[in-house]
Amino acid sequence: MSRANAQRRAARRGVLPGFGLTFGITTTYLTLIVLIPIAGLVLRAAGLGPLGVWQVISAPRALAAFRVSFVIAALATLANMPIGLLLAWTMVRYRFPGRRMLDALVDLPLALPTSVAGVALTALYVDDGWLGGPLAALGLKIAFTPLGIWVALLFVGLPYVVRTVQPVLMELDRRTEEAALTLGARPGQVFARVVLPPLLPALLAGAGLAFARAVGEYGSVIFIAGNRPGVSEIVPLLIVGKLEQYDYAAAAALGATMLLAALLILLALSAVQSRAVRLWMRTVAA
Amino acid sequence: MKMRTLGLAILAIGLLGSTVVRAEVTLLNVSYDPTRELYADINKAFAADWKAKTGEAITIRSSHGGSGAQARAVIDGLEADVVTLALQPDIDAIAERAHLLPTDWQSRLPNHSVPYTSTILFVVRKGNPKGIHDWGDLLKPGVQVITPNPKTSGGARWNYLAAWGYALKQPGGTPEKAKAFVRDLFSHVPILDSGARGATITFARRNQGDVLLAWEDDANLAVRELGEGKLEIVAPSMSIQAEPVVALVDQVVAKHGTAKEAAAYLQYLYSPAAQEIDAKHFLRPTDKAVMARYAGQFPTITTFTVDEVFGSWKKVQAEQFGDGGVFDQIYQPVK
Amino acid sequence: MQHSRVTGIGERPALRIVLVACTMVLMVLILVMPLAVVLVEALRRGIGSYAEGISSPDAWDAIRLTVLVAAIAVPLNTVFGLAAAWCLTRYRFAGRAALMALTALPFSVSPVISGLVWVLLFGLQGWFGPWLRAHDVQIIFALPGIVLATVFVTVPFVVRQVIPIMQARGDDEELAALTLGASGWQIFRRITLPRVRWGVLNGVLLCNARAMGEFGAVSVVSGHIRGLTVTMPLHIEILYNDYNLPAAFAMASLLAAMALVTLGVKALLERRQTAGV
Repeated sequence: MSRANAQRRAARRGVLPGFGLTFGITTTYLTLIVLIPIAGLVLRAAGLGPLGVWQVISAPRALAAFRVSFVIAALATLANMPIGLLLAWTMVRYRFPGRRMLDALVDLPLALPTSVAGVALTALYVDDGWLGGPLAALGLKIAFTPLGIWVALLFVGLPYVVRTVQPVLMELDRRTEEAALTLGARPGQVFARVVLPPLLPALLAGAGLAFARAVGEYGSVIFIAGNRPGVSEIVPLLIVGKLEQYDYAAAAALGATMLLAALLILLALSAVQSRAVRLWMRTVAA
Repeated sequence: MKMRTLGLAILAIGLLGSTVVRAEVTLLNVSYDPTRELYADINKAFAADWKAKTGEAITIRSSHGGSGAQARAVIDGLEADVVTLALQPDIDAIAERAHLLPTDWQSRLPNHSVPYTSTILFVVRKGNPKGIHDWGDLLKPGVQVITPNPKTSGGARWNYLAAWGYALKQPGGTPEKAKAFVRDLFSHVPILDSGARGATITFARRNQGDVLLAWEDDANLAVRELGEGKLEIVAPSMSIQAEPVVALVDQVVAKHGTAKEAAAYLQYLYSPAAQEIDAKHFLRPTDKAVMARYAGQFPTITTFTVDEVFGSWKKVQAEQFGDGGVFDQIYQPVK
Repeated sequence: MQHSRVTGIGERPALRIVLVACTMVLMVLILVMPLAVVLVEALRRGIGSYAEGISSPDAWDAIRLTVLVAAIAVPLNTVFGLAAAWCLTRYRFAGRAALMALTALPFSVSPVISGLVWVLLFGLQGWFGPWLRAHDVQIIFALPGIVLATVFVTVPFVVRQVIPIMQARGDDEELAALTLGASGWQIFRRITLPRVRWGVLNGVLLCNARAMGEFGAVSVVSGHIRGLTVTMPLHIEILYNDYNLPAAFAMASLLAAMALVTLGVKALLERRQTAGV
């Protein structure tokens, strides 16, 4: 143990070679590809002045759009967590016909252009579609309602959860589980106390990515949403509307605000990650 | 090895991006969405005509998208030799914001730079089950109207203004009454697609709504391509004259050295040959002789222009579609 | 109690069947049905029309461009991903957390904005636009712009897949190799890379899928010049807007197949791995 600690301390001092090269590549690349473009966006928004930015983002229609975008993205992410966990679990733990197909299909939402996904989902959930028909008979309208946005965001975010949880699940040491089971623990207890805690950080990280992606999603949503102001109008659509009026600064202000909000949520999520694990351990222990 | 790949890739980006090899004269026509087939035909005809007249080969490339987005692309540096867009304000924006052409561009070509026109019609389900014949019928209880969002779709602005103009031109019509009419109309709109083509597919393929407001050429194309015998066109008593505009982009042709060809291309749009092609694509030719030959396929409608009813596009754009404008005020989402 | 037969939780047949059944239902609802819609629409007018849809000259131009863009963007992001993961997991330094956050940032940027940022930088009205115009360098509305937008959108995939694995593995083995006198490059190739290769592969596949399928950001910087700057997703939009739905969906199914074909490669590698080692 102390040897490992000593080594880790050595690493902190940078004993492994390659720091200069990898640090150089990382900072140069991130600066060119991410930092400068984002800085340009923020600068453009800043041209409006604090009051101007506030006016853009606090307009009633903008506030309603922010609510639609963030609330529905959150609800879709909440649904994606158990679904993603289940899919990852069965794929890693069980052998069943269709497993490889599932493994391939999980990436479909990434591979399909978002506009195609939007068109396909709309065709599926419209009142006379394969799924929309039966659901309409139950009195549930999906396409052209906020529920449609939820369906689209669920689709778009799923691979992020599955692909983040899957590798960690593969690495999980099953001996602890087996030990707990042989000691007479019930499977439910083992899942909650032994399996879930190490998975939780990955699950939350995946959820964070899915959420971030869902908040900004445009292509798949506009086809299925109905886009009614205040009801099913998302922020990216408002941005397009601003651009249509050549109001680049207002578009940049909306974009930068969304980015900032998503970033804060991501940071908050990573902050609670470690705490969540500890809290979880305590709750299930009690 | 990885570093070399990286270096090569960067080099490739640089090389491919910086040079465009020009074997012959190439023009770029930046246009709006529904004109793709139209300009595919016109470009072919013009190239043949140009070859016959001058012996030179010419290639016309075209780019299509939402009219406003296309104008923005030109403003941001898309090197269009000519622009053929759906709304006058879109070309105005190129002149005013990027100074790529003089602001009096509209006076440089015949008929205010409008080579062909169109109008707004209704598309209904086969047999017209809801009995929709004129604008007033759109407000009947239970009628759902599909039209795209005028804030994001240039084409949709014509739909909106057509409704406004109809109400204003009714006996005793006032701007207040027109506003009330349009407000009522939009309470019948359950879905606001972001573009005109999306709205048409929502109506024709997804079977949403009872009536679609569409450009005449788009309505005919939709009935043919998507209708499968289940749609028909209804002409209202009165509608707006939609006037797509064309212009030469002076700064770009100066840079490319294509002024002569670009000017000839735009002139060609007014030739009987090109006007015939317009008519075949259900755009109303401005050439009277050609129009007379195709009169059978264009229903007679009383039309009014934007300038007649609203003064100017500049005024309309700010008053109706700007932030906090009339459209923002009247759009009442169905709660 | 028959715990002697149980080797992990969730191994009881009843639970297993329930979980697999749930998975199957969800897979069909969420993933298979949208794909089925795409295929049904693509084949609506028969296989001949499908072949026509994906073999027109415009379609070929779009396919070539999409492959080219992915061929540039994916290797760039892979090299970056490996370098950044190594740098961010093997050393502690000031600003490390900020760099870590930056690697994920593009995920939280709306595709509309991911395209707009490049227009704000390199557009004629943008920060560097006039200089570029003066030197006759075209970035947006040409290949470089499409590549930049694609790279921006797909930056996080490889690095985000590799970082957790490098973290979990720790650096004990690398340090041991170092004390045995291995060079940095040797350590990376012999020890680190084999350990993280599945993560890299996963990241590359996701990156490739997204690079080929990106629509929103590329749409803003493309200029939509027919046969020149139209990628497959943009060509699909064009066909859709021409009401040529069968061709649009034929193209979409081809794109999905191209992006997912790499998964076949992965499956093969996995099989060889389990069979050989």
